[in-house]
Amino acid sequence: MKPEDPADSDRRDFLGATTAVVAGIGVCGATWPLVSSMNPTADIKSRATSEVDISRIKPGEIHTVAWQGKPVFIVHRTQEQISAAESSPGGKDPQPDQNRVQKPEWLVVVGICTHLGCVPNRGGEGWVCPCHGSRYDQSGRIMHGPAPRNLEVPPYKFVGDNKIVIG
Amino acid sequence: MGKRLVEWVDRRFPLTTFIKHELTEYPTPRNLSIWWTFGFFAGFMLVLQIVSGVFLAMHYKPDATLAFASVEHIMRDVNYGWLLRYIHSTGASAFFIVIYIHMARTLYYGSFRAPRELMWWTGQVLLLSLMATAFMGYLLPWGQMSYWGAQVITNLFRATPFIGDQVVIWLRGDFVVGDATLQRFFALHFLFPFLICGLVMIHLVALHFVKSSNPSGINLADKDNIPFHPYFTAKDFYGLGIFLIIFFYFVFFHPEYFIEEANNIPANPLVTPPHIVPEWYFLPFYAILRAIPDFAGGVVAMTLSIMVFALMPYLDRCKIPGGSRYRPVYRAMFLIFAIDIVALSYVGYEPPSETLAVVGQVATAIYFSLFLLLPFASKWEDQWLRKRGLPKPVVEMMESEQRQRAAGWR
Ligand code: FES
Repeated sequence: MKPEDPADSDRRDFLGATTAVVAGIGVCGATWPLVSSMNPTADIKSRATSEVDISRIKPGEIHTVAWQGKPVFIVHRTQEQISAAESSPGGKDPQPDQNRVQKPEWLVVVGICTHLGCVPNRGGEGWVCPCHGSRYDQSGRIMHGPAPRNLEVPPYKFVGDNKIVIG
Repeated sequence: MGKRLVEWVDRRFPLTTFIKHELTEYPTPRNLSIWWTFGFFAGFMLVLQIVSGVFLAMHYKPDATLAFASVEHIMRDVNYGWLLRYIHSTGASAFFIVIYIHMARTLYYGSFRAPRELMWWTGQVLLLSLMATAFMGYLLPWGQMSYWGAQVITNLFRATPFIGDQVVIWLRGDFVVGDATLQRFFALHFLFPFLICGLVMIHLVALHFVKSSNPSGINLADKDNIPFHPYFTAKDFYGLGIFLIIFFYFVFFHPEYFIEEANNIPANPLVTPPHIVPEWYFLPFYAILRAIPDFAGGVVAMTLSIMVFALMPYLDRCKIPGGSRYRPVYRAMFLIFAIDIVALSYVGYEPPSETLAVVGQVATAIYFSLFLLLPFASKWEDQWLRKRGLPKPVVEMMESEQRQRAAGWR
């Protein structure tokens, strides 16, 4: 064999690098379908809306319905609860109560603690999360505890007087 | 006939040499104490979990509507199904006890130090895989505790920067833990033990290359050794006998110790049980998660609390051999650490309260400050011990070790 000519080894390096890059792209491309297959399937995504009849929820009562598999709290708030919620600015994630409701007597929030996803229980000034003790007020706003954000308000609209559609 | 068969194989596969090299003539320090058998117990638990798990999988149905009932079916209708399930559920806890003792021994005797860093790190990867496997397996009975445990832990990934929400949904295959989650956890729970087997091989290859550590901390495997077989096969199996008596006491008489009551209620995505706790082996880390009032901060602290062990070979800067045995300061730190872990577990178990939150924060602070302190404490201890004069046997051991090194021994 002849002693290696430097230009030759440059070419080899180039070929090596090109092969590595092409193989890398190939592996990523091949992985994509696998990764993507783990995302929610079409039938799960299609459970996008839920219809709820609210005529039977009396003032002060709360109903929990499932939307996309998540619990949604529908609260028929009493006058005191409304005024309590309206007079407070909220805790560490301040937001006026008006921006969280469409009609003051109906509060609709996703019942999933924004900390680690437990379902808060009714208690305290509004809700208390059993997992790490986050407390939410009558507007679902975070007051104490590790949760970073207020309970999420899902997209919903009133259809007539007695029905709301979530989603 | 048997001899000729072995000869036939030996001409095609190094069977006899392998057994000789790794077992009958494998040099082992003669002074290994009972604490050195826990690696063997861990290997045994891995096999026991795989065997009981495979037979459970023949009757289990990974479907959100059927899973809970299929576990009841295993308990009531399958011949010896109760035994398989209780071995598997108690086995998970036993596995963690064994692994934690194995790690505690490594920390106490400083076995993680050079040249055994790779043993320590492969061990760390094994621990993480074991945790992942246990966590995914815990979802399968589809009880309330299973469900909410999985819900909370998958939610931790929301701390991923920018794409946190998508990552969580991707992991679950649904907006909340659901049927899709159950099926993939089952598939992975079945797969992971075999990956663990592969990792164990790497762990063992590394072990047989650097050889066992021992209570003196000096490398004895090459001078003061005895063959593994029959001495340590006998010792390991004797220990295993005692271990199994204790293990089966719990399997037969108190399997419920390791199954949370709330898990006898089928999973309900709309109601969280009033008091959710993780399995006992996750409690210290869970307490650290809860101790930090900030969400992302808590997740980072919890991750760090597990990963920080990997730094031990660098944090410990003392050159005196033998871990805690010859090092009073390190021994004191080890004891404080052990007590701190117990305190954290207690805090992690109890429902959140104001006082406990403070206790948890103090314990978390102690946990991390011990690691931060170690480089300085160990350096200082090294100097102090040398100035004070080391005991003669230790000096002799260190000198002979040095001669060995000088003679070009690795
Ligand atoms: S999940 Fe609600 S406080 Fe942690």
